[in-house]
Amino acid sequence: MSLSDRTNLPVLLPFRVGTVPRRATRLDIRHGAALIAALSLSIGIGEAVAGPGTPSIAATILKWTPLIAQGFALNIAMSFLAMAVGTAVGVPLGLCQISLLAPVRGSSWLATQIFRNSPWLVLLFYCMLLLPFEINIGHTTVPLPGWLKSTVGLSLPVMANVSELVRGAVRSIPFGQWEASESLAFTRLQTLRMIILPQCVKRMLPPWMNLYAILTVATPLTSIVGVSEAMTLTGDILSSEARTELLVPMYLYLLLWFFVYCYPIAVATARLEHRFQVR
Amino acid sequence: MVWEPDQPLVRLRDVHKRFGAIEVLAGISLDVMKGEVICVIGPSGSGKSTLLRCINALVPVDRGSILVEGQEVNDPKLDKLALRRKVGMVFQQYNLFPHRTALQNVMMAPIHVLKRDRREVETQARALIRKVRLEGKENAYPGELSGGQQQRIAIARSLAMNPDLMLFDEITAALDPETVKEVLTTIRELAEDGMTCVIVTHEMGFAREVADRVYFTDRGIFVEHGPPKEFFANPRDPRTRQFLSQIL
Repeated sequence: MSLSDRTNLPVLLPFRVGTVPRRATRLDIRHGAALIAALSLSIGIGEAVAGPGTPSIAATILKWTPLIAQGFALNIAMSFLAMAVGTAVGVPLGLCQISLLAPVRGSSWLATQIFRNSPWLVLLFYCMLLLPFEINIGHTTVPLPGWLKSTVGLSLPVMANVSELVRGAVRSIPFGQWEASESLAFTRLQTLRMIILPQCVKRMLPPWMNLYAILTVATPLTSIVGVSEAMTLTGDILSSEARTELLVPMYLYLLLWFFVYCYPIAVATARLEHRFQVR
Repeated sequence: MVWEPDQPLVRLRDVHKRFGAIEVLAGISLDVMKGEVICVIGPSGSGKSTLLRCINALVPVDRGSILVEGQEVNDPKLDKLALRRKVGMVFQQYNLFPHRTALQNVMMAPIHVLKRDRREVETQARALIRKVRLEGKENAYPGELSGGQQQRIAIARSLAMNPDLMLFDEITAALDPETVKEVLTTIRELAEDGMTCVIVTHEMGFAREVADRVYFTDRGIFVEHGPPKEFFANPRDPRTRQFLSQIL
């Protein structure tokens, strides 16, 4: 409620040049509705152009759903793993970026910038081609399947982005917090651990969840390097069915899977951002 | 050198500090005896806050000597943490830790820095919160407290380290006029208990009442100092007179 709604006195409202949208555009339930509408429409059109005697498109989609679900599970697994690895490495890397030692600060900055500004696909190819297909640890041989190698490839940009998140969050804490802790004789490490970083977690959570959503929708990139995830399997299904009218509904259907998974994350992120803004 | 209580607790000699082209401290000398209350007044940008930050080594000085209980602060081998355990500081912007309750704010440093027993610290912390008249607010977060309340918790937080010296940096400058009084009362009681205090303030009435000596700084030097009655009644230097006439 704005001030002018609460009073009948003449209130001077702030002057705004142009209009700025209040909230950033986010995934919305209307996007989901549009997606379902498009899917239904494409199925309808597909049925209309399909020749007589072919099984219905809806039935075909349903028939392949378990396989797509199986592929999608791999997408989720890869996103989980890449996020975990990227965060586990990215947080220390980000802390190195605020180190008092210039060489540590410089090298971690360089690593962050390189991996943050490289196209994800390039990193993915590098990992696929440079990592061996198996590694020997002692006497045991550990195979490195394609999906694992590409998960490493995906975790690199995640790491660099998390590193920047950490650096930015630490920088955003008011300098007075550092001064106060220093004057209470906390060491730098104690200050970071007990005073600065706990305040950063709250600030970092929404952008971190945002990054996860971006990572999830980036996992189909691995289909290019031959990982059998949902996108690859959808392609396989289409070539085995060999029906052009299936093409549009099938990919829309896959898109719906991603929407259903990412939508709750988007909502939760927006809620958290809103909550932290108030305090 | 062993420090004896009859020597100055803080001894500044010809302290210089420069930020780029601006000489913030241009030769400051000052002796503070144990139990004394010193008020530093002067126009903005005259180096008052920097002076306090130099005493507890938050800001390194360029030249000169700062002795705190006989320990040289302007020394690369200085144990900063040992110094800061003896010197408490309260800031204009309170700087409470927003993710911790009032009680936790007070307890953190004694537990983690001094490694004292948690239960003993809690007893002391509750007593300090009572002393600054905020009992019942132990479990409130800083965001739920008013400016004056936050500042009093910040004072309690600093006192929990049992410092020998307290530095106050314009601690009422960000407060509403009504809440200024409650904070000043807390400091007055502290001074009466014999705490050695260096106070940077714009509250002339308070300085007149609580200080043993008042120092007036302008452009990085102490222009004039004296006991408050004399200082405020008969300022000798024209710069002091001009400053006082502007704000009194």
